[in-house]
Amino acid sequence: MAGPVQSIERAAAILRLLAGGPRRLGLGEVAASLGLAKGTAHGILRTLQHVDFVEQDAATGKYQLGAALLHLGTSYLDVNELRSRSLNWADALAARSGEAVRLGTPLEGSVLVVHHVFRPDDTFQTLDVGSLLPLHASSLGKVLLAYGTATIETAGETELEAYTRHTLVDREQLTRALAEVREVGWAAEIQEMSMGEAGLAAPIRGHGGLVVGAIGLSGAVERICDSQGRPRPNLITLIREASRAISRDLGATRW
Amino acid sequence: MAERFVMSIDQGTNSTRCILFDRRGRLVSVAQKEHQQHFPEPGWVEHDAAEIWQNLRRVVPEALSVAGVDPGQVTAIGLANQRETTVLWDRRTGTPLGRAIVWQDTRTAPLVEELRDDPGEEFFMERCCLPPSTYFSALRIRWLFDHVKGLRQRADDGEVLFGTMESWLIWNLTGGPEGGLHITDATNASRTMLMNIRSLAWDDELLAFFGVPRSMLPEIRSSAELYGDARAVLPGVAITAALGDQQAALFGQTCFSPGEAKCTYGTGSFLLLNTGADMVRSRHGLLTTVAYKIGDQRPAYALEGSIAVTGALVQWFRDRLGLISSAPEIETLARTVEDNGGCYIVPAFSGLFAPRWRSDARGVIVGLTSYITKGHLARAVLEATGWQTREVVDAMNADSSVPLQQLKVDGGMTADNLLMQFVADVLDVPVVRPMVAETVSLGAAYAAGLAAGYWPDLEVLRRNWHRAGQWLPDMDPELRAAEYENWQRAVERSLGWARPPRSAGPGTP
Repeated sequence: MAGPVQSIERAAAILRLLAGGPRRLGLGEVAASLGLAKGTAHGILRTLQHVDFVEQDAATGKYQLGAALLHLGTSYLDVNELRSRSLNWADALAARSGEAVRLGTPLEGSVLVVHHVFRPDDTFQTLDVGSLLPLHASSLGKVLLAYGTATIETAGETELEAYTRHTLVDREQLTRALAEVREVGWAAEIQEMSMGEAGLAAPIRGHGGLVVGAIGLSGAVERICDSQGRPRPNLITLIREASRAISRDLGATRW
Repeated sequence: MAERFVMSIDQGTNSTRCILFDRRGRLVSVAQKEHQQHFPEPGWVEHDAAEIWQNLRRVVPEALSVAGVDPGQVTAIGLANQRETTVLWDRRTGTPLGRAIVWQDTRTAPLVEELRDDPGEEFFMERCCLPPSTYFSALRIRWLFDHVKGLRQRADDGEVLFGTMESWLIWNLTGGPEGGLHITDATNASRTMLMNIRSLAWDDELLAFFGVPRSMLPEIRSSAELYGDARAVLPGVAITAALGDQQAALFGQTCFSPGEAKCTYGTGSFLLLNTGADMVRSRHGLLTTVAYKIGDQRPAYALEGSIAVTGALVQWFRDRLGLISSAPEIETLARTVEDNGGCYIVPAFSGLFAPRWRSDARGVIVGLTSYITKGHLARAVLEATGWQTREVVDAMNADSSVPLQQLKVDGGMTADNLLMQFVADVLDVPVVRPMVAETVSLGAAYAAGLAAGYWPDLEVLRRNWHRAGQWLPDMDPELRAAEYENWQRAVERSLGWARPPRSAGPGTP
C-alpha cells in the first residue's frame, strides 16, 4: 500500500489552519505556522486557489477559505425542500401562464416529478408527483441532460425510445439540441413525448450555480406554440423568470 | 387607462406585509418587514406598536415601487391583522402607552382561573360566546389597569384609546391625533370578550365586569365598507376593509357558504368553518366567532378550532432532536418507511387545545419498540397533525348541521405531499390547495375590493379561486378506524401528566 501523499497532507494542513481562525493569513504566517518553506506554501496555496478552495484578498494579498469549499458539503438538495422553496413561484407561473407546472429532478435515468401545480381551469386533474418522465423526450429532462445534472446510460448504445415520430432518437441530433439548450438557457419539447402536447423548461440552480433541477410548464401544443409551431415568447419569459426567482431563493447569486 | 390594483396590508405576528393584487386575484408585488419580538419575562410576549406603524410606512411605498405602480392606481386598502394583540395609546399625542401585549402572552393565566370560578364560564358564553382564556383582549386591559399606576384613572378621564392592530393602524393612517378614525371590525371585536356576539355591539355587562370605559373602545364597523380615506402614507386612497387574519384566510379561500372550511397549517393550525347566519354555540370545544360582515348585510359566523402544535412539532424535531436539517426533509425521512410502525406522538407541549382544552396534558411518544427508527418517528410527527385536524373536524361535524365536504388548505405545510395525503385519508374528504398561497392577504384584498366596487360580488371572487393541487382520500376504512383508535389511546396517555406546583412544605428550600 502506498503511503500518504505529502503535498495533499500539507494542503489539508493549510486548509485546517485557514479554517481555524476568523482572520485572513499572509503567506509568511501560513509558512511559519506549518514549518514549510515559503515557496512550498505558495505553490500549494496557488493550487488551492486555482480550484476555488482558497481565496486571496486583492488588497492585502492574504488568504482565506474559498466559497467552493464552503459549499462542498452542502450541495445536496432535498427534493422536498426544493418543492417547499419553489411553491410560491410555481403557483405564480401556473396562474400567469394558465398551464400546468412541474418540477423535475434526476432519478436513475429518468426525470422524477417532485412538484405539480394544476392548470388553473378547475378541470379534474390528478397530482402526478412521484411519476417518472423520459430524459430525452421531455423538456424537463432535456434541461437536466444539457447541464449535466442527469446522464443517459451509454453502455451498449441502447436505442432511445421513440414516443412519437417527433422524439429525438438520434444521439447526434440530441447532442446538438442539448448544446442549443445550454446556449439559449431553456428547453422545449414539441409533440416529442405525446402528440398534441408541448412543454417548456428552464434550469433551477442551487449554491454556486450548480443545476439541481428543472421547472417546466406544459399543455396543448396550440397554446404553447404560435402558428409557426414555435414556443410563444411570453411563455419563455415567464418560465425563465420563475427559474431565476427559485434559483435566487436557493442561493445561486448570479442567475 | 392604467391598470388598477387593490392593496392588502397583513399586520402579522412576525412581520408587516404589503401585497398588491390585480383583478384576477393574482399577486403583483410583495414587500415585508419583520418587527422585534420582546420577551421581558417568561410567558410574556410584546410588540412595539410604534415600530409596526413605522414598518407599515416603509413597506407600502416599497410594494408600489417594486411593481412600478403609482399610488393613484390603488383602488382601495384592506387590512388583516394578528388577532387579540392589545395596544393602548394616548388619544392626544398618539404615543403607545407601553408595548402591545401579543396574543401568545400568558400573563393573564391567573386571571383566567379566577374568572372560571367567578362569575364562571356561562356568564361569558351567554354574551360573547368565548370561554375565559389568555388569548382575549379584555383580560389584558384588565391586567394593565391592575398593574400600571394611574392608567385606569386616565382611561376613565377619556385620555386613553384601546385597539387591536387594525384599529391602531387605521387610526394612524387616517390622521392620528388630528381626527384619526378609531374603529375596529366585527371579526376583531368578536375576539375581545367585550362584544355581544348577537348584537355585534359592545356589551354593557361585559364592559362593567372588566371595568372598561366605553370611551376608550373603537367603533365596531363592518369588515367591508368605506371607513374613510387615508391621510398618511397613501393620501386620498380609500380604506375599505379590516379582518382578523384567520377570518381573512377564510375569506381569501372563498369559503362563503355554510359548510365550507379552511385550515391554515403553520406553527400552529387554525381551522374555520363557515356556519352562515347561524351562530352555532359549540358543545364540543370550538370557539364561535364572526366570520365576516359585508356592508349592511347580516353577519356570517364561523366555528373555529385551533391546534397549538403542528408545524412547531416539525421544528422541534429539527432543532431539538436534530434528526433533520430542514423542515421539508421530514417528508424524505418519513418516506424511508411504509408506516408508523406502531408509534404515535401526541405533541401536547403546553396542553391540548381544541377540541379537548386540557392544560394538564403533556407530550408523549407511545408504542416504542426496538423496531422503531427515526423514519417511524418522522411519520408519527406528520400523522399527529393529521389526527389533530381530524379531532377538530369531528367536533365541527358534531356541532354543525352541514358535514364537511372538502377541506381547503393553505400555509407552509401544504408543500408536504405525504401530510396532505394523510389529512385527506383520515378526514375521508378531498383536501384542496388554492393557487394563491397568501390567503390572509388575499382575503383582506377581496373584502376591500368588494366594498370599493373593484369586484362586483362574491361569485366573481369564487371564480378567481383555482385549484393548484388536490389530494383524494385513499385509505382502507378499517385501517382508518383502527389508527384513529390508536391515536385516541395515545392522547389518553398524555392527559393529566402536568401537575400544579406542589406547595412549599418542610424540606422545600
